[in-house]
Amino acid sequence: MAQEHMTGAQIVLKALVDQGVDVIFGYPGGAVLPIYDELFQQNHIKHVLVRHEQAAVHAAEGYARSTGKVGVVLVTSGPGATNAVTGLTDALMDSIPLVCLTGQVPTHLIGNDAFQEADTTGITRQCTKHNYLVKSPNDLARTMHEGFYVARTGRPGPVVIDLPKDVLMTKGEYLPPAKVKHRSYKPQVKADTSRVQEAIALLAKAKKPIIYAGGGVINSGPAACQLLTSFARTTGFPVTLTLMGLGAYPASDKQYLGMLGMHGTYEANWAMHDCDVMLCVGARFDDRVTGLVSAFAPNAKKIHIDIDPSSINKNVAVDVAVVGDVAHVLEDMMKLWKSSQAKPDPKALDAWWKQIDKWRSIDCLKFENSDTIIKPQYAIQRLYELTKDRETFITTEVGQHQMWAAQHYRFDKPNQWMTSGGLGTMGYGLPSAVGVQMAHPGALVVDISGEASFMMNMQEIATAVQYRLPIKIFILNNQYMGMVRQWQELLHGSRYSESYSEALPDFVKLAEAFGAVGIRVDKPDALDDSIREMIAVDRPVLMDVRVDQNENCYPMIPSGKPHNQMLLGPSAEGEEAIADEGKVLV
Amino acid sequence: MNHINTDVRSHTISVLVDNESGVLARVIGLFSGRGYNIESLTVAEVDPREALSRITLVTSGTPMVIEQIKAQLGRLVPVRKVHDLTVEGPHVSRELALVKVVGTGEKRVEALRIADIFRANVVDSSNESFVFEIVGKTDKLDAFIKLMEPLGLIDIARTGVAAIARGTDPI
Repeated sequence: MAQEHMTGAQIVLKALVDQGVDVIFGYPGGAVLPIYDELFQQNHIKHVLVRHEQAAVHAAEGYARSTGKVGVVLVTSGPGATNAVTGLTDALMDSIPLVCLTGQVPTHLIGNDAFQEADTTGITRQCTKHNYLVKSPNDLARTMHEGFYVARTGRPGPVVIDLPKDVLMTKGEYLPPAKVKHRSYKPQVKADTSRVQEAIALLAKAKKPIIYAGGGVINSGPAACQLLTSFARTTGFPVTLTLMGLGAYPASDKQYLGMLGMHGTYEANWAMHDCDVMLCVGARFDDRVTGLVSAFAPNAKKIHIDIDPSSINKNVAVDVAVVGDVAHVLEDMMKLWKSSQAKPDPKALDAWWKQIDKWRSIDCLKFENSDTIIKPQYAIQRLYELTKDRETFITTEVGQHQMWAAQHYRFDKPNQWMTSGGLGTMGYGLPSAVGVQMAHPGALVVDISGEASFMMNMQEIATAVQYRLPIKIFILNNQYMGMVRQWQELLHGSRYSESYSEALPDFVKLAEAFGAVGIRVDKPDALDDSIREMIAVDRPVLMDVRVDQNENCYPMIPSGKPHNQMLLGPSAEGEEAIADEGKVLV
Repeated sequence: MNHINTDVRSHTISVLVDNESGVLARVIGLFSGRGYNIESLTVAEVDPREALSRITLVTSGTPMVIEQIKAQLGRLVPVRKVHDLTVEGPHVSRELALVKVVGTGEKRVEALRIADIFRANVVDSSNESFVFEIVGKTDKLDAFIKLMEPLGLIDIARTGVAAIARGTDPI
């Protein structure tokens, strides 16, 4: 059978095209020059030149998270690959599908400590879902297609394909995707019927139910989000979302209790603590969500839907484990709920909602606004009000601003919210916004940022300027690593060790130096106009919002405490709020 | 959830994997990265046509930890099957050791006598030394080695446990 023969670099490009890739994010170097040469000679795939390989991975994450497609990264050997490690770990923790192509020294030099050699497959083994070293051009097409399959199926994650330069330059056989089948990896998509029956039986008897949903719903796709919404509406159960799940259920819906966890709402955390049946959908009982595990939802029967069996019973033992893809499982549950005419005790449910409304009436996200100084929460609220009627995507960095964004920006649709949840990577938001804007050229993309996080990957403004990506970097500038300062205040006697930013640049001039637009605002009454101006400018904008330096993020479950011992505000502060055993936690 | 079993027990786990580069490193990295114990680990190709290897590992933990270990192993892309032989039914397990004992006179005779009782073979000998080959369960090997200690034991090589389920079914 006559197969197409082409060079390894040509095979890589053809495989990318056949996998439906339209954009890749990368940075050239010696070992990947053959691929860059092929890129130069074609028009199917657009390449975005980032300014640091970590940013290439975050950009691909933003692209993937906002489209549901696999994000693609291309970096060179050695430092190119090691710089990508933080991004890969971020993608692994947050289950983001990526394929990262890394250059490698030629096969005969591997192991010789050659120039720009690193043991890439060794280094990335623990921070990828899977990785490959391709030793022959004849294995290349199969490996590329397999890599995409592994990245996007099951619990998605990053895949590294390490490409020695000689493999890229010699000829080999190309195989189309249809001819490649993985010999062992077949994730379970459809759940056991009996598990679904057990879940429905528990839910039908619930008196104080709650649905706790996470990023797995978004990964499963828009259909899963739709099914979650209709299941909640059919049952009348309250819904809370994790940080990664925001947008999986409409925030404007009356059954929505807000985000749960360390900086979640009072009503969500109390409902989690007091519920009698918990339906966990595509979330993983992360320590930011559970608080003190031994006091987590002590009276609840727990049902856990997850495509990854290793997520089940990892942190919290559950009563019913449903392994499968969220959309498939919810579809089955919906059918069974209807056919079995399940009807939980309406009186009990009514009483439960009354209780929830009582918790809601605390209005835990309220804050004392000011006429003279911009409160960070107010800045997010205004940003939300002035952007909610257009197609808006929000990315964030990590810290207080991220939590305020999660609390005060409201998402009614999935894939609009890109944040680093599991790894908590400062410097994620700006490159991620670059990736989002590449995928959604006409949309408004805002990176809600802090001044410290921004500076971790600020070189990417140059990328935005080069590709005319009108991203908006909305810096809540309090001159502190705010979350570090907050913890030092709560746990370390207000000794602000190294958390103050002594030498910040002039962000307006910095923006101008990059060829972007800088705006500064420090008065609450000027905020709206500044935000409008930021939106109106069709170029990258760096907006320096000078906010109250002393504001802390509340409500908060102190480390080592259960859900029902939240701190609601500064008046509840004090070192005694956190016991010694809580202080060792992060 | 109120009565979580916290008894730590030793389990023999059999893992069938695609014999590809890095697969052993993945398994070992999983154990070290997540803080699980490896008491013994053996690996060899068992099906050259299908390119399958079998890893037999002995680990210990509470039932919840063992469940996690199995699930985490199952999540590795090249892993085909994971079986906990300890809970799934009767199985046989064997280990081989090569034991070098150096001595003369009565100690040398005693070593040979004990080797005979344990059905250990002499696979090498010099005027002042024996290398014994002994096969059996881990505790039998442990007992043999203990008896050899006062008799001039100077070196041991052990293979780790290989195990397989009894009866007609493959894993």
